[in-house]
Amino acid sequence: MTTVAKQLALVIDLNVCVGCHACVTSCKQWNTSGAAGPLVDSNAYGADPTGTFFNRVQTYEAGSFPDTQTVHFPKSCLHCQDPPCVPVCPTGASYKRKQDGIVLVDYDKCIGCKYCSWACPYGAREFDEARKVMTKCTLCVDRIHDELLPPEDRKPACVKACPTNARLFGDVLDPQSDVSVAIRERGGYPLMPEWETRPANHYLPRRITPAATGGNGQKEST
Amino acid sequence: MNPAWSVIFFTTLAGAAQGMVVTLALSKLAGLPLGPGFVAGVLLIALAMLLASLAASTLHLGHPERAWRAVLMWRTSWLSREVIVLPAFIAAVTLWWWMVRSGQGSSRWLMIACIALAALLWLCTAMIYACLRFIQEWAHGLTLVNYVLIGLASGCTLLAALAGWRHEAAYLSLLAPWALGLTLAAWATRTLALQRNAGLKPKSTLQSATGIRHPLLRQHSMGMSAGAFNTREFMHGMGLAVLQRVRWALHGLGFALPALLLAAAIGTGAQALLAAAVLAQAVGLLAERWFFFAQARHPQNLYYQVVA
Repeated sequence: MTTVAKQLALVIDLNVCVGCHACVTSCKQWNTSGAAGPLVDSNAYGADPTGTFFNRVQTYEAGSFPDTQTVHFPKSCLHCQDPPCVPVCPTGASYKRKQDGIVLVDYDKCIGCKYCSWACPYGAREFDEARKVMTKCTLCVDRIHDELLPPEDRKPACVKACPTNARLFGDVLDPQSDVSVAIRERGGYPLMPEWETRPANHYLPRRITPAATGGNGQKEST
Repeated sequence: MNPAWSVIFFTTLAGAAQGMVVTLALSKLAGLPLGPGFVAGVLLIALAMLLASLAASTLHLGHPERAWRAVLMWRTSWLSREVIVLPAFIAAVTLWWWMVRSGQGSSRWLMIACIALAALLWLCTAMIYACLRFIQEWAHGLTLVNYVLIGLASGCTLLAALAGWRHEAAYLSLLAPWALGLTLAAWATRTLALQRNAGLKPKSTLQSATGIRHPLLRQHSMGMSAGAFNTREFMHGMGLAVLQRVRWALHGLGFALPALLLAAAIGTGAQALLAAAVLAQAVGLLAERWFFFAQARHPQNLYYQVVA
């Protein structure tokens, strides 16, 4: 277990994510242009394009017609507090930062053995086929601490890009932070708790609310 | 998982070389009268196999020129430990070969060191897989048992064939029953592992992976229009018919046919049968290792069900 001073994380509100992929493209843009890049794009305009992304938005459907819920589900590294990907790394290229809890890869030390990706139950890591090193979400470490940026811009690119404010960012070890309050008050949960990786990122579950118009009072007879 | 040929060749080749060196060392320690020419020849073949396996494992790396860095994290990483033990084992076998070659004979302590390093290497290799707790097919003691027994069985079979080829008749008559016994033992434990894996219930579900607690839940999109690392590395993409054929090769060529050929060789003394046993087992154990990876269901695959 790593002791960290802070644990920065994302809290993702599944109530308001509309699946627009703005977080995906802004992540790709920031990270391919910055310290983590370039992120490869192979055959980008062909029939079978593939590339390295740190963030994906997936779509799930719960229930059966007509009682269905479509859930857009953004997925990136969860910056686990007990990250199984870190101790298995033979070179120390994968590490968890003590000052803010971010799990990072040092691309200059990575030998490209891919073992860390096997050791992540979430599939959060993507091997960059052009640079032959493992890559992953950096939580925009080259942005959030940059004092040359205005304070409101010192957030991960995905958080800044989200048009519905579905992505909250903060320190989950600080009980007064926005993310801790959201997790506490709205039932925030981690993914695959069965593996005890203690993910820092949390998700806010759907709240099922009755339809606003026409739905009430239809079946009030006893 | 999508089986990587580099790792398949590395683990099968190194395992057989380890098995051969351990069997030879135990034979010498038991005081069997083996000619120095035969011992040096066997050690040279083991060295060639180990160097080939080292080359295969290097091919697995994106940056082989940085491979030296992999010795640094031995406190936490079984892969790092393996990277230390493999060259140490190769060095010990080289030293043994050189001592025999230069007429100094087999040193008792060096042979004990070779056995210990081979055992450590099996432990490291197996634990690389067995320590990944959420790959339930691997996270079990049988993974280690199978790496050891399969290495011993294939190494002993190869050594028996070499003894037959070099007319070490007395040694062959002693070795062949051991090769047969080890092959049958490895078959039994590998079958146990296959049975255990067939009955495994995945701990992770789509519900635990997403936290969406609805019994009827399915993916509509994995968030990309084509494949990605996640679909290439963790899925083999083969149909059930292929898996079934590989399973037959695993049982038939890896264990059943070599056991029959070894038994026939013991009965008839025909050396060609030993060579056939080695060849069949080589192919069968490559199939076995391929299946070892293909059968492992990585929980990340839950997130990558539908390309869209």
